[in-house]
Amino acid sequence: MFGSVAPLSGKNNSKFMVKIGETPEGIEGQGFFATSLDKAIGLARANSLWPLPFATSCCGIEFMATMGANYDLARFGSERLAFTPRQTDLLMVMGTISKKMAPVLKQVYDQMAEPKWVLSVGACACTGGIFDTYSVLQGIDRVIPVDVYVPGCPPRPEQIIEGLMKIQELAKGESLRRRDSDEYKKMLESYNIETGR
Amino acid sequence: MSSNTETFIAKISSELGENGKMEIDQFQMINFSISKDQSHSFVQLLRDQFGFNFLTDLCASHYPNREGSEFEVVYHMHNWVENIRLRIHVGLSKENLEIPSLTDLFAAANWMERETFDFYGIQFLNHPNLKRILNMDEMDYHPLRKEYALEDETRDDKNNNFFGR
Amino acid sequence: MSELIFNKNGQMVSRDTIDGDIATLNLGPTHPATHGIFQNVLKVDGERIIEAEQTVGYIHRAFEKLAERRPYNQITPITDRLNYCSSPINNFGWHMTVEKLAGIEVPKKVDYMRVIIMELARIADHLVCNSVIGVDTGALTGFTYMFQEREKIYDLYEEVCGARLTTNIGRIGGFERDFSPTFWAKLKKFVDEFPAKFNEFDQLLTRNRIFMDRVIGAGPISAERAISYGFAGPNLRAAGVDYDVRVMSPYSSYEDFQFDIPVGKDGDTFDRYMVRQEEIRQSLNIIKQAMEKMPTGDYHANVPDFYLPPKEEVYRSMESLIYHFKIIMGEMTIPKGEVYHAVEGGNGELGYYLVSDGGRTPYRLHFRRPCFIYYQAYPEMIKDSVLSDAILTMSSMNVIAGELDA
Repeated sequence: MFGSVAPLSGKNNSKFMVKIGETPEGIEGQGFFATSLDKAIGLARANSLWPLPFATSCCGIEFMATMGANYDLARFGSERLAFTPRQTDLLMVMGTISKKMAPVLKQVYDQMAEPKWVLSVGACACTGGIFDTYSVLQGIDRVIPVDVYVPGCPPRPEQIIEGLMKIQELAKGESLRRRDSDEYKKMLESYNIETGR
Repeated sequence: MSSNTETFIAKISSELGENGKMEIDQFQMINFSISKDQSHSFVQLLRDQFGFNFLTDLCASHYPNREGSEFEVVYHMHNWVENIRLRIHVGLSKENLEIPSLTDLFAAANWMERETFDFYGIQFLNHPNLKRILNMDEMDYHPLRKEYALEDETRDDKNNNFFGR
Repeated sequence: MSELIFNKNGQMVSRDTIDGDIATLNLGPTHPATHGIFQNVLKVDGERIIEAEQTVGYIHRAFEKLAERRPYNQITPITDRLNYCSSPINNFGWHMTVEKLAGIEVPKKVDYMRVIIMELARIADHLVCNSVIGVDTGALTGFTYMFQEREKIYDLYEEVCGARLTTNIGRIGGFERDFSPTFWAKLKKFVDEFPAKFNEFDQLLTRNRIFMDRVIGAGPISAERAISYGFAGPNLRAAGVDYDVRVMSPYSSYEDFQFDIPVGKDGDTFDRYMVRQEEIRQSLNIIKQAMEKMPTGDYHANVPDFYLPPKEEVYRSMESLIYHFKIIMGEMTIPKGEVYHAVEGGNGELGYYLVSDGGRTPYRLHFRRPCFIYYQAYPEMIKDSVLSDAILTMSSMNVIAGELDA
């Protein structure tokens, strides 16, 4: 059989405890806890990222391994994979994006609602990798903004998980006003992406 | 070489006559060179009379220095009963890149011919849907021809100092 | 779901069919059910598909052009990325092609080592396909079970070459190093433990009434059409044709092994699934035979022109240094000629057509990619079936985008 699962009740179950997110800085007293709204929302966002796996090639298979029982991405709150862009907040681009595919990728990014993050997994998505050819887009950052790059051809599941944890850190520390700032809008405009929330 | 193959070679050379050349290379592969007018009927003959029921592969290659046959379409066929493989070369001049399509004989030829068209611009006559398959429809050249570069020539972000070129 | 009525041929159809409202449904390019980047524009009448048109090429990476610019040993990493579910088969296929052209004879031990790795790769490939059929029918459990077993195969690859997925395993002329004792121990453990877990997976799906109802009769193809469409591998065998490159044109000493070629009857999803299940068992059987009969000898051919000398020799002897330099700089002497070599890949006959003009890179290299050739039959296979069967047909054909688009 496939290993036994210890019952959650009884002694010696400390290692099966559900991990609780770290409490942000704040003022604590009897019956109340006060912190800034940014931090409370950041905590919630970081631990419930809904990824959209945009898997095109080899890295997609490593992503399947990451979702499998051994690596289990669900531990990081990314339990629910959604293939509908409008309900997700993390775009994971895994694999080669060709020039034929680039408009599709951009459209998927456009359809996602703010706040959204982009994780570029693998050498091909980051830079085009070994495929410096006429048909391959030389890095997805030519069409959409990217938050975290994961190197490797393909990266090991541990690396993909580390990339996700970096995104979690970004989500945790993000100011609520960042997406309204002129700087952010200017950045989107440089990619020809319509702004306006 | 098995006796089946020898019988086949004897038979096919009488059928072939003056229409093409036959040659057996060091890997025991039977190579034919056929003109493009004969190619369709020859493949049909092989399929119907000699049991070559499987079109293994269809591709092309480009030899810019060969006067008069700059392009070459290569067919690989396989007879599963006698287990004989063969290869057919059809030379094409760059002025006239037209060759009859094999889609009426093998359904598999459809996409392989589209791929060959995409890469080399070879026109397959009577093909039901001859358009680009792997590249974008907007592409205006046939990338596997030798005169075109591998890399995207519109790139501006590459600093040659960093790449040792 | 609209009301079911009988049409004039006595078939039960939905009322929508009679009304004749034809809708266009765009499936892909990015769709959760397509496992890769394929676009299918379907014309549907109610839920029945009457026409499908495919668009491929969304991850075209120009392998063939790239190969014309690279020395022979640097092409191995490109072949990795063809069918990335079973990279080692692609690697060895390429090595054997170059060996055939250059007239290199490898020791028997190399053949057997290759057979072990290739059959492991076949198991890994079929496991992905079959567990994904399970996912598409709604049974996720099998997927999580079988991906644990795949991790063990990855561990074995890692022990040999250090990589998991894109392996770049072996060299022209043999292997870079011998199998380590740890590898043998892990392999033995895998061979001993895998059948029990695989049987559990088998019991979850194979005779499961729900699964059977779902897959029997989905996406069938006749043997004649399959041959005409250039099918090969498990998909062709599911249609009832016992063509296998390992038997027809044996390579890498496959003639030394006893194994059965499973065939199906109807060429539908269930047959494709069953053929793959049986092939996994046969592969395991081949691995066992290879372990038993493992010859002694060297793990590489004695070809200094192609095979890198040991590093300590490079520092000590002039000759080794020269060979090392030549190989690394891609200045290997290779004869002129053209060669076709085929191996039985995870999806069927994987062929390499190589034209050499004696230069440092191939003049022309064409890959016969089984996926590319058989995927064109997809519209014919799903015609007149319902949409959910079309999804199953695609996953059971094991269409790998990397191989398809090259």
